[in-house]
Amino acid sequence: MKAVIWQGTNKVGVETVPDPTILQATDMIVKVTATAICGSDLHLLDGYIPSMEKGDILGHEFMGEVVEIGPAVNNLKVGDRVVVPFNIACGVCDYCQRGFFSACDNTNPNHRMAEALYGAVSGGGLFGYSHLYGGYAGGQAQYVRVPFADMGGFKIESGLRDEQVLFLTDIFPTGYQAAENCNIIPGRDVVAVFGAGPVGQFAARSAQMLGAARVIVIDRVPERLALAEKAGTETVNYEQVDVQVALREMTGGRGPDHVIDAVGLEAHGHGPGALLDTAQQKLRLTFDRITALRWAIMSCAKGGTVSMPGVYGGLVNEMPMGAAFAKGLIFRMGQTHTHRYIRPLLERIEKGEIDPSFVISHRASLHDAPELYETFRDKKNGCIKVVLDPWGPPSAAD
Amino acid sequence: MTTQTASATSFLQTAQGGHLQPTERVLVGVLGLGLALLGLGGGRARGLILGGAGLGLAAVALRGSNPLATALKIQQNEAGETLVSDAVTIGKAPDELYALWRPLERLPQIMSHLKDVQVLSETRSHWTVKGPLGNVSWDAEITADEPGRRLAWASLPGAGIENSGEVIFREAPGGRGTELVVRLKYKNPAGTAGAVIARIAGQEPSQQLRDDLMRFKREQELGFNPTTEGQTSGRNKSQTINEKIRNVS
Ligand SMILES: NC(=O)c1ccc[n+]([C@@H]2O[C@H](COP(=O)([O-])OP(=O)(O)OC[C@H]3O[C@@H](n4cnc5c(N)ncnc54)[C@H](O)[C@@H]3O)[C@@H](O)[C@H]2O)c1
Ligand SMILES: [Zn+2]
Ligand SMILES: [Zn+2]
Repeated sequence: MKAVIWQGTNKVGVETVPDPTILQATDMIVKVTATAICGSDLHLLDGYIPSMEKGDILGHEFMGEVVEIGPAVNNLKVGDRVVVPFNIACGVCDYCQRGFFSACDNTNPNHRMAEALYGAVSGGGLFGYSHLYGGYAGGQAQYVRVPFADMGGFKIESGLRDEQVLFLTDIFPTGYQAAENCNIIPGRDVVAVFGAGPVGQFAARSAQMLGAARVIVIDRVPERLALAEKAGTETVNYEQVDVQVALREMTGGRGPDHVIDAVGLEAHGHGPGALLDTAQQKLRLTFDRITALRWAIMSCAKGGTVSMPGVYGGLVNEMPMGAAFAKGLIFRMGQTHTHRYIRPLLERIEKGEIDPSFVISHRASLHDAPELYETFRDKKNGCIKVVLDPWGPPSAAD
Repeated sequence: MTTQTASATSFLQTAQGGHLQPTERVLVGVLGLGLALLGLGGGRARGLILGGAGLGLAAVALRGSNPLATALKIQQNEAGETLVSDAVTIGKAPDELYALWRPLERLPQIMSHLKDVQVLSETRSHWTVKGPLGNVSWDAEITADEPGRRLAWASLPGAGIENSGEVIFREAPGGRGTELVVRLKYKNPAGTAGAVIARIAGQEPSQQLRDDLMRFKREQELGFNPTTEGQTSGRNKSQTINEKIRNVS
């Protein structure tokens, strides 16, 4: 089969590799009909998530058709159309039982690596997201092995198109959880979303669904800000105005009641803090550049929530902890508990409350993934979200 | 309950916070800087982990204390014994888990460093361990047996490696099953630095213990251990065809 392969930092390829097979009784094989590139994949491309190995298959946003099931799979059958959450959950451990699916105790075979870096017990495995997170082959491929199939296969029975339900695998639940974590008081709270990428877009729309009085989206990419405005949000371009000043003014000096950092460890920025981050990240003295997080903390109103769907990998410098303490901020973060949200959000899509395909800017063949990783990373050609067809022919340009 | 608490305190009290001897300090420092350089020079993803660990070790050497040893779950007491302990919470009742540990001949299925345990009598047994330089055997006896709560053993005089161990089965709060605690004590000639180096190099019992406990937990909760062994990737070069490579820069 064809698959998108991590060949080293800044090096992505399409290769023909052996088809996946059932390895354990609870596995299934899914024939992938649609897959997407996520902002999280860019952290792998850029080499900021440790423990990738050359030859790893990328991709954690995918859906398709069940073509084979292991003998212990009970809830699915060959031919079912499924979306698959990007996290792998066992369904039986204490965390899964309580709905904290991304904290699953049992699905990361490389738990010790994660524990050495992060302490306590490792969270669950992820598809196509480094050996630290289990080393599971990803879904930017024609076929993928899905372990814990009964947990990982959510049937889609309505006539919705792939691109309307594909983002249930990650970015829609991720944006939604980020907004839900703010505990928005409807009609009262103002929410600021840093980052107008796909996650920021869904976070902004979810904050609206949850009743935010106003939603303000911050980025520097004009077409991304324009897309957020289409949903009725206000926007700030941080390259044109001082974002702190703008947010103060827009909120009558209070600051937004809640802030969402939908940027993560590769934030751009200016000022001494940002320069220091970049230098130290290059020297591998720090993992993460935190400009967006700093802005979020500094602008947030007293008693507010700093909700962080944006990914962080290690240590940070110049974290304004004093500001967070002085204002009594609440921090919420982490990998999304995707399984929790798929059914309720699917219902919203079926009712027509939202059509997640609004975020797609590029549709292409899997064969073109390497170029599109670059286009998406550099925010070129109006790129906001890329969906790949694993079965599409190579583009004419090749 | 009192016996458990008492033994926990005495176990920890015998451990020294980990003050380094001068030679150990040099050793740890050199190793730390080496790892840091490896991490910086490698530029690869793995470098991040090694670099982080390396800088940490170098800092430890400068301070002259060894907090890392504690973080790595290895401690040392005045008698020069190394203490290894770890714990895991398993979604099953203490009685059920105790019943799986009490038949000592089953222990090699749980603890991977054990090759064989032969039960000689109600309290005596003969243990064989795979060492780096071949097998080591000794006779041991059960020193405590509280069904559903605790099991302890110790090597008898004359053992090649003097060692002892205990397993505690404690009900986890909120119906979460059992907190299973394992404590092992053994003589290690190379001292704290030796133990830390072995830990980084991947041969230290505490690593094995961690893996063993997680494997046991997963067998109990899932009935199997999830794996990626045998999955497809772009590493099998005989079957892989490069369709397209792109240097994204
Ligand atoms: N928590 C989870 O489970 C989860 C799931 C999916 C994605 N993520 C993470 O969410 C983040 C966003 O993902 P995405 O797909 O939207 O990525 P993306 O790269 O498309 O979007 C990031 C956006 O942030 C903007 N940005 C950069 N610096 C900024 C700053 N200082 N202030 C404001 N905006 C800034 C960029 O211009 C870009 O539009 C990533 O870190 C990704 O890894 C997390
Ligand atoms: Zn993602
Ligand atoms: Zn679980």
